[in-house]
Amino acid sequence: MGQTTAEKIFAAHLRDEPFPGTKVLDLDRVLCHEITTPIAIADLEWRGKDRVFDNTKIKAVIDHVTPSKDSKTALQAKTLRDWARRHDIKDFFDIGQNGVCHALFPEKGFIRPGFTAIMGDSHTCTHGAFGAFAAGVGTTDLEVGMLKGVCAFREPKTIRVNLNGSLQAGVYAKDVILFVIGQLGVNGATDRVIEFHGPVVDAMSMDARMTLCNMAIEAGGTCGICQPDMVTVDYLWPFIEGDFASKQAAQGEYRQWCADADADYDKVLDFNVTELVPHVTYGYKPDCVKPASEMAGTKIDQVYIGTCTNGRIEDLRQAAEVLKGRKISQSLRGIVSPATPKIFQEALAEGLIQIFMDAGFCVTNPTCGACLGMSNGVLADGEACASTSNRNFNGRMGKGGMVHLMSPSTAAATAITGVITDARELI
Amino acid sequence: MKKAFGGPAILLDRSDINTDEIIPAKYLTEATKEALKPYCLEDLKLEGFDPQGERLKNAKVVITRENFGCGSSREHAPWVFEVNDVHTVIAESYARIFRQNMFNCGMLAIELPKADIDTLMALGKEANGAVDVKVNLPDQQVVACGNGREVSFSFDISRFDKALVEAGGWVEFADARY
Repeated sequence: MGQTTAEKIFAAHLRDEPFPGTKVLDLDRVLCHEITTPIAIADLEWRGKDRVFDNTKIKAVIDHVTPSKDSKTALQAKTLRDWARRHDIKDFFDIGQNGVCHALFPEKGFIRPGFTAIMGDSHTCTHGAFGAFAAGVGTTDLEVGMLKGVCAFREPKTIRVNLNGSLQAGVYAKDVILFVIGQLGVNGATDRVIEFHGPVVDAMSMDARMTLCNMAIEAGGTCGICQPDMVTVDYLWPFIEGDFASKQAAQGEYRQWCADADADYDKVLDFNVTELVPHVTYGYKPDCVKPASEMAGTKIDQVYIGTCTNGRIEDLRQAAEVLKGRKISQSLRGIVSPATPKIFQEALAEGLIQIFMDAGFCVTNPTCGACLGMSNGVLADGEACASTSNRNFNGRMGKGGMVHLMSPSTAAATAITGVITDARELI
Repeated sequence: MKKAFGGPAILLDRSDINTDEIIPAKYLTEATKEALKPYCLEDLKLEGFDPQGERLKNAKVVITRENFGCGSSREHAPWVFEVNDVHTVIAESYARIFRQNMFNCGMLAIELPKADIDTLMALGKEANGAVDVKVNLPDQQVVACGNGREVSFSFDISRFDKALVEAGGWVEFADARY
């Protein structure tokens, strides 16, 4: 019997099996941000164990609230900063270099096929786009990861999702994943890995694959995984060219992490997405999805483009394509947060920032920002936001606020009209 | 150190209660677990539930439905229970990270089948919400009393999860072993 990608990674990283079914894995990456790490740092200090297992495998960033908004968030940033300095964490990204963790760390080449990674952040599943096993964990798992370089998992079963057909113009990875979550339900992949296969994934860029994997957790999934291929190699090439004689050699090496043809899956789901249209959410759960056209006319107070789901350069290009030469509705405000400084600079160089600003958007620094209502862009009671983020829980972006999740393209079209709009009507 | 389990329960008869409802993100800037104490379940959307009510204040056990603790990885969700002396959650199912976080803190996330939770919810209605739970971890038994009636259920727990509870959490377990 063959193996899934997750099974191969588990086998290659198994440190211990203290009890049948409990697998303790060696970690290639322990990723940290300023919200969930400081209490782990404080606990390690309290225990007299203020150490790190390997300062080259730990990467840290201040991203959720940056620049700090008040004394409490300043203390969180300072705690992480001081700890990173104390332990000589080389890859620590502070103001000026910082950006949304799940966009920044991949962009730096930190995630490779076959890697194991944890982070105190549920959207760590994003990094599975590289053919890695990456899982969001709580602060205690993070703390043990920082100290010992291990994490325990029940070996997850895998759901294989085959995405067949091809996407129409104006339909994106975000629409695909919203549709898939709608099919699976918010509990449909709990304790499971979602492996994405098929021609639609093969044709996707790494940016799009990260969007796909980012929302695996919204179906309860531990990780979303794509198969490493030449797209993966091309993305990583600047970081790996010293390790391989050619791109073909790199691809050959990475192929070992691809699922075997006879792998055993918990479930195999086939979706032909050729007829798929742009989707948006209604209600307070990410599996409440509908075609955008069915929500057309829903009044929106704020449009938010950015986040670890859709704040990458392709996302900004897709939004700008809709916004170019247009103004956003006076009935709402638009906010865009390029996810990293590199993405911000690319957007500047390509004229995208100009398009956003001409249209009437506020452009913020790279940060998680409005997505979780703890820094800027908070909604007032009764307001609705069209957002390219990943969670529409009640009050997520501010108490009493409503969030409609959608692609950057749909969000841009909605910004122009002031109501939820299928962008294909405007292009 | 091993924690104490059981006590007066609060019944939250809804599925998919997420971590934003258990502890909203705006409180994630607190530097200590204790500071979270007043905000337990502050944003929970559930008819008849009062986050400031006596029932929650006295509770040491939460009884609820499917997919409890879905959403964010924030361990602040188990912590806000921990600092309010709620060390036991009984549900039909959990989100993976929340469940792991509970055991990592040496707390109990007990899973019971829907029929058993139905029985507990019915008992809660009958007893006007006054249900008291005893947990017998060695025998893997839950006994709930309300309105002079007693119901009991056995539950499964993996050897690893039991070891975490006995050790007082994952840091203690891992530190002794790795």
